[in-house]
Order: sequence, then structure tokens, then C-alpha cells
Amino acid sequence: MLKIARENLPALFAAIADTAALYLPIRKGAVNYAQWSDGADVDLDTLKTIASPKDFFLPQSETLYTAALAGNKIQLEAEPFVDEPFVVFGVKGCDVRGIEILDKVYLSDPVDRFYEARREKGTIVSMACAEPQATCFCKSFGVDAANPAGDVVTWMADGNLFWEAQTEKGKKLTEMLSNLLTSAERSPVSSQQKDIRQKIDTLPYSVGLPLDQFKSERLLELFDAPQWDSLYRTCLACGTCTFICPTCQCYDIKDFNTGTCVKRYRCWDSCMYSDFTLMAHGNPRKTQKERFRQRFMHKLVYYPDKNDGEYSCVGCGRCVNKCPASLNIVKVIKSLGVNADV
Amino acid sequence: MCKTPDLLIPQIGVITDIRTETPDVKTFKIIGADGKKPFDHMPGQCAMLSVPGVGEAMFSITSSPTNDDGLLFSIKQCGTLTDYLHAMEVGSEVTIRGPYGNAFPVDTVLPGQNLLIIAGGIGLAPVGSVVRYVFDNRDQYGSVDILYGSRSMEDLVFFEEIEKTWRTQPDTKVHLTIDRAQSEWDGHVGFVPDYLKELSFSTDKTALVCGPPIMIKFTLDALLGLGFKKEQVFTTLELRMKCGIGKCGRCNIGSKYICKDGPVFRCDEIDALPDEY
Repeated sequence: MLKIARENLPALFAAIADTAALYLPIRKGAVNYAQWSDGADVDLDTLKTIASPKDFFLPQSETLYTAALAGNKIQLEAEPFVDEPFVVFGVKGCDVRGIEILDKVYLSDPVDRFYEARREKGTIVSMACAEPQATCFCKSFGVDAANPAGDVVTWMADGNLFWEAQTEKGKKLTEMLSNLLTSAERSPVSSQQKDIRQKIDTLPYSVGLPLDQFKSERLLELFDAPQWDSLYRTCLACGTCTFICPTCQCYDIKDFNTGTCVKRYRCWDSCMYSDFTLMAHGNPRKTQKERFRQRFMHKLVYYPDKNDGEYSCVGCGRCVNKCPASLNIVKVIKSLGVNADV
Repeated sequence: MCKTPDLLIPQIGVITDIRTETPDVKTFKIIGADGKKPFDHMPGQCAMLSVPGVGEAMFSITSSPTNDDGLLFSIKQCGTLTDYLHAMEVGSEVTIRGPYGNAFPVDTVLPGQNLLIIAGGIGLAPVGSVVRYVFDNRDQYGSVDILYGSRSMEDLVFFEEIEKTWRTQPDTKVHLTIDRAQSEWDGHVGFVPDYLKELSFSTDKTALVCGPPIMIKFTLDALLGLGFKKEQVFTTLELRMKCGIGKCGRCNIGSKYICKDGPVFRCDEIDALPDEY
């Protein structure tokens, strides 16, 4: 176990930024992950960034290739893969699990090479959640906010940042910072971990969500459940939930005409939108009910069916905070789980 | 660092032939920039065709894998990209990537079987690949019945090939139908599922069905009415697709991705999927 005094963190950030682009929660009005530069308003106390850090591995928008057209001929140039190292700092346990869930999609056969390059070049420094909030329910999905995964795990306790490498990548970063980190006792961390776990057990959504009802044997039964008819009604189809969600993984592929060439890019998309499945001959998901249902069935039944029962929700609670119509996955789980006749 | 390019990066394809099949269907022959077939495929598999700046979409490959000099795509004009493709000329370049998805089980389940191939409209494009493959390996399969219908006689794709090549194959029968009577048409008139009931095929066959979703639904009902089991029937599903490799989420239905786990499904497998196609 290593540590650095909290007031020395700017030196730590500067040292990391000397060798790699450093991204961490920065306050610019709201708190979101952004690139560190000297004087940035780093905010490690705000528990939840508005958006998840998935953007660093699956960017909201990225060019795939450029096509130059001349007469009836086309010249293609593939976008190079990310080749510069970067560090994402302060990632909470739920968001690290979110990236692991994206790994199952993008690193499974056939591997997405753009994503793979970012995962290889990126180092994740996670941070335990000293003050979990009422909207947190990561424990329901098996995430331990007191001991998150990541290449390095950190704890902010007693005026120090405690630091422990968990992977080879994490050890490399730690070695590079060895003149700033000093060895430390584990006891402040152990005591904070105990405190975090106790707090989490008192949170309203943290225990007792009836998740055991969501299993692939009940796929068709859950799909046809009458609860969907009422659950979806206040959904505005704004797509906020999908954009702030650390595990939403769907993308669109589109063209941007620069005037001299065409950039083909991919960008996040949302199954909540009516044109997501619109085809020349019609739309198989005709109303918001079907679109709303797709999002939650995918997270709670379809994805687990393909991935050894692991849900594609991490309990970060962003949708609880941000849905303008007060809809969220907790409501869906409670509604479909409690009324099930099993 | 030399890395495998991502699968979303296509290759250049050149249109070397365009055949007008019907007022709104053209068949495009596409070869690679090196003059060779862009890639090998199996009947039922698809590919992503694109014109940069216009769009990219999934199309079934209608040529047989036994055809070495290019890939054929029969494309109905029904949207932005297909409008553009229909206006293109021989020699123009497009982009192509694939092949994607699974295939009709031409080398596993179908050898030795009697085949009943049922198609509606442009649905003959995917199963056309099976028909041509079967005729190129004729001794491996039993009898072949092809039941094909479209709105009008002008809308029957591959009409010349059907009359000249398909009808003359050994142990093969072709049954054509059009939705509404026309003075120049002396063949059957009526919808495919109704004609299927009239023809009352024996159930010693494996059926392959492709067409508009509504036609597939009624055809499946008619087959079950004739005594076919769902395990004897294969069909294809279609949803909107972007990546073609099971990532972008668009063609997700239940736990399946049509682009990767389909497009070909045995009908009893479809029962396990939500009714969302």
C-alpha cells in the first residue's frame, strides 16, 4: 500500500500528464471527465460525474475512415488506431464494471480494433466511493464500491490518497510515480472500506432488488408482461438514460461530408429513438413501449443470456438522477420483479 | 505497429454488370478492385454495400458460392441508398464488406433432402443463392419444388433464368403465381400461402421460406396446416443493421443479433424470440 498527501496531488497529476494524457473529474459548471491541465478545477469529492467515462474507450463519436471520391472512383483511408497512452483517474467501481461490460461486447469475436487499441493504451485508476448516495445500488449488481477493480485502486482517506496497483499496467504507472508515493499502513483504508460497506447497506435501492426474477428462462414471459403497458407511458424518448449510462453500447454509423471528402464515423445511438429500427419497409418497434422495453430487457435479460447471467447494469444510479420523467431501471426491476408469480 | 484492420473498414467493389430484373429491381455484379470476387460466402449470407456520402446497408448475396467471377446482389429500389445504386452505371465503385451472418444449411441439413423453396417478391434474392448452389451440385439433393410469387408478372425477378434454366433441371418443378390476374398471364393467380395450400405438398421435404414478413407468417401457418413441423422449415429474418458483426445493437431481438446469429433461423428457433420482427 502506498500513499500521497492530498495537497500533493497536483504534483502527481503533473507527473502523470508528463507521460500520458490524463483525464479525471473536472468541474466546469457540472463535473465531468476532462483532460487535466495545470490549474484545472479537479473535483474528486463529487461522487457521480454526469456522464460515465465510457467515452474514453467508446467515444461518443469517432471517425472510422475517410473516403475521397473522384468521378466514379473511391479511395479509402482507414483512421489510425489510438497509439498514445492515456490515464483515466478517479473512476468509481460501478464505472469500472461498466467498462468490463463493454469489453464483453467489443473484445468478443469479432474484436472491435478501435476499442481494443484504446483499452490497450488506457490505464484506469479507480477510486473507492467514500460517500455513497441514496441513488447508488451497485451492490445489487455485485460491485464493491469500497474495493473497485481497475489497474490501480485508490482511496481518499485521512487527508491522503492511498494507492495500490492491481495489474501490470498499474504497476508500471506506480513505478513511474515512485518518487511521489510513500509506503503506508493499510488500516485507514480498511476502516474506510468498513464504513463504506456499512453505509451502502442502509441505502434504499442497495439491497433487496428482486433481480432473481430476471433470467433467460422467463424471457418471453417478461417480454409479454402487462407492466410494460404502464411503465413506459411517461417516457419522453429523450435518450438521456442511454447517453449517461456506462453500459449502453449501441452505435450508429453515419457520413459527414467535409466538402472535399466523406468521413464515415460512428456515434452513440439510443434504442429509445423511433428511427433506431426504422427500415424502408416499416418499423418493427412501432411505439415507445417497444423501445422502452428493449432497453431494459437488453440490460436485464438479453445481455445476461449471452454473458453467463451477468446483468448489463452496474447500479451507478445516473438514470435515477437524470431521467426527466423519473423513470429508471430500479422502477422497472421492482415492477416486473415483485409482481412475478414464481 | 501493424494491426489487423477493423472489420468496419470495407474494401472497394466495382460494379461490372447491371441487369434490370423488374421495374424496381436491378441485379448488380460486384468484383474487388483486383478484379477478383471480393470474398467467398455461403447461400443466405449477406454483405454491407455502401456509397460514401449516401449510406451503407445490408444486402443478401444472390449468386451461388460456385460462381467465381463476382458477387451478385438483387436490389429493390426502396430508400436513399437503393435509389442511388439504381442510378449508378457499370464501372462505378462502391464499398463492400462481409460476408456476414449464417447461411442456409446447404452442406449439413439439406443434402439428400427434398427441397421446397418458397419466396415472395425480392425474397427470391437470398434463396436464389440456394437454388443456384443446389443446381450446381444437383446430385446431392432430392426433388426440388420452387414456389415463387410476386405482385404482378412484371415483378417476378430472375424470370428468364427461371424459365430457361430452373424449369429444365432434373426432378425440379417451378410453381409461379402473381397476386392479381393480368391478360398476358396464363399461370396461377393468388397469394403464395394460398397457392401453397392448393398445391398441398407432401411433408417429406425441407422448406426454405423468404419474403416480406407478412408473407412469411402466413406461409409458415400454411406449411403447419399441411403437416410440416417447424423443425423442417428455415426462413430468414431482417432488421435494420449498421455494423453487421453483432456490436451496434440495432438488429438485436431477444438474445440474438440477426446480423451475426441469423439471418437464417429454423422456425422452431424463432418461437424462442420475442415477436418483434
